[in-house]
Amino acid sequence: MVRGRIGIIASVLVALSLAACGGSGSTGASGGKTPYIAIVSKGFSQQFWQAVKSGAESEAKKEGARITFEGPPTESDVEKQITMLTNALAKRPDAIGFAALDSRAAAPLMQQAKSANIPVIAFDSGVDSTVPVTTAATDNKAAAAEDAKHLSQLVGGKGVVGMVIHDQTSQTGTQRRDGFIDWMKTNAPGITLLPPQYSSSDLNKAADITKSIIAANQDLAGIYGSNEASAEGVAKGIQESGKKGVKAVGFDSGKAQIDAIKSGTLAGAITQNPIAIGQQVVVAAMKAIKGVQQPKFINTGYYWYDSTNINDPKIQAVLYQ
Amino acid sequence: MTASGVVTEKPISRDLASTIRGRLQQFLAFGGLIVIFVFFSLASPDFLTFSNVTSMLFSTVVIGTLAIGTTFVIITAGIDLSIGTGMSLCAVMAGVFIVHWHIPLPIGVPLAILFGGVIGLINGFNVAILKIPPFIATLAMMLAAQGLALVISHSAPIYFDTVPAYAAISTGNLIPGVKFPNAVIVLAAVAIIAAIILNKTVLGRYTYSIGSNAEATALSGINVRKWQIIIYAFAGLFIGLASVLISARLGSAQPALGQGYELQAIAAVVIGGTSLFGGKGSILGTVIGALIISLLNNGLQIMSVPQEWQNVVLGAVILAAVYTDNIRRRKAAM
Repeated sequence: MVRGRIGIIASVLVALSLAACGGSGSTGASGGKTPYIAIVSKGFSQQFWQAVKSGAESEAKKEGARITFEGPPTESDVEKQITMLTNALAKRPDAIGFAALDSRAAAPLMQQAKSANIPVIAFDSGVDSTVPVTTAATDNKAAAAEDAKHLSQLVGGKGVVGMVIHDQTSQTGTQRRDGFIDWMKTNAPGITLLPPQYSSSDLNKAADITKSIIAANQDLAGIYGSNEASAEGVAKGIQESGKKGVKAVGFDSGKAQIDAIKSGTLAGAITQNPIAIGQQVVVAAMKAIKGVQQPKFINTGYYWYDSTNINDPKIQAVLYQ
Repeated sequence: MTASGVVTEKPISRDLASTIRGRLQQFLAFGGLIVIFVFFSLASPDFLTFSNVTSMLFSTVVIGTLAIGTTFVIITAGIDLSIGTGMSLCAVMAGVFIVHWHIPLPIGVPLAILFGGVIGLINGFNVAILKIPPFIATLAMMLAAQGLALVISHSAPIYFDTVPAYAAISTGNLIPGVKFPNAVIVLAAVAIIAAIILNKTVLGRYTYSIGSNAEATALSGINVRKWQIIIYAFAGLFIGLASVLISARLGSAQPALGQGYELQAIAAVVIGGTSLFGGKGSILGTVIGALIISLLNNGLQIMSVPQEWQNVVLGAVILAAVYTDNIRRRKAAM
């Protein structure tokens, strides 16, 4: 508790000093009427977020906008992200791009953005609120169902299947879990699903969880990892346990996951299109600033990739490492 | 004469009794470990297998190494919150040394470990010379290390796949033909060395002495500031070692990983009977504490207990461990 409070104070202090720097920068830019889009992401260091960032940056360059891109160190730092969003609002941007770790926690800030007339573009996971103009995201439920379909084919429609999910509060976490479970329940009656385990996007933890699942289920037929860290942890866990014949499918991309697919530890994975997500955030933000009407949901697409199509130029373009 | 004889006799018997009491928490923790182990063995047929026990030991390595280093700091009545993110920073530095600068492993690995020592040295300087409370000094380091890890790595993992021998530090099998990861052997060796240093050397004696009563230690002519710096720097080496073990296991330095590991390590130290008020603690206790944590995680996962409840159980165990320690101490004081 004490640590948490000091954490808040410290992050507010850091954020205030950052905001002060940002403020002086924007007064200089406001003369040139460069629209400013503040983007608060769910993460920063995972390669996925770096790809979103590069997509947003390249689009901003094209459209002549100025952006800032920040995100908390891990995807369980809900509170840190809220602080980041608070500070982003304080900088009075022309538009905000926001990927919620926990949409309910962000609801009061969404209202604040609305009353300040700052349009919000949700991305990656939707925000449970009527405030965002639109949401640029992968249809995670459909993408997870696609993963389930492939895994079911790989195990021949029967056997025990485990799940390593990256978290239990964000919409990507719940949708990728539910999309997978729903598809299996309706389409694969022969498959027994184990209760989902959560990795908090910690690669080390995901590997340990996978080994426990394998130890507890010697008859394990398949396993699913719902994001980069979880899928890489699944691959690491299978490798360390020395278990043969388990079919594993992942989600997202990243060097270790691509290597695992090439080596056969992972059978395949769903990749999103993070560069398109970043681009669409900026496109939608610019439209919102100009007052152009747009649809409520922009599907940025997903692809299944495995060792057979991994070198396909269309797939290579959306893999990030 | 007779009066003085009585006076000298009493402290000796009291001393003996307090030594036995001092060991009691360790016995309790060890007893707890055995009880939990037996419970899981009976509850699930999949628990007591060679491969599962090995993987449970493997998952103890990182927290165990961090906790052993922190034990020294906590015995001085200090605390180190920077060990988790400090570990990420050291792992990134290992990547810089070994992958980017192509420094050969026999030099690159010790450099990464020494880098942990530098983090500890800075903590020690801030605590001993600048007189910043350990909680704040290491909190500042925790934030700084997290930031630096991201800056230096450009927020992307550094992969060690160009240096395949690196992974063998953790995942290789030193014992031929047996699938027993090296990292566990490293942890065992480190624990033995740390226990010898804590019990048999000047550094160990001063660690206890500073934690029991820093003023009295200073009055007896010991340079407390100097030794505080040495102890923090020494404990920092374990941050470096843990960073090598985790990055070798994962085959990559993950710059964002590590936050939260400090609290698990501190929990292991506390479960093992080391007092946060200083002056009391042991390496064996800490190792048992770390084993209890990974045993609970592993066993509850094997039993398919929902993960939310796994954390509740862990919280309850920490409370129970510290509470029994308190009762014991109150009895000892009477």
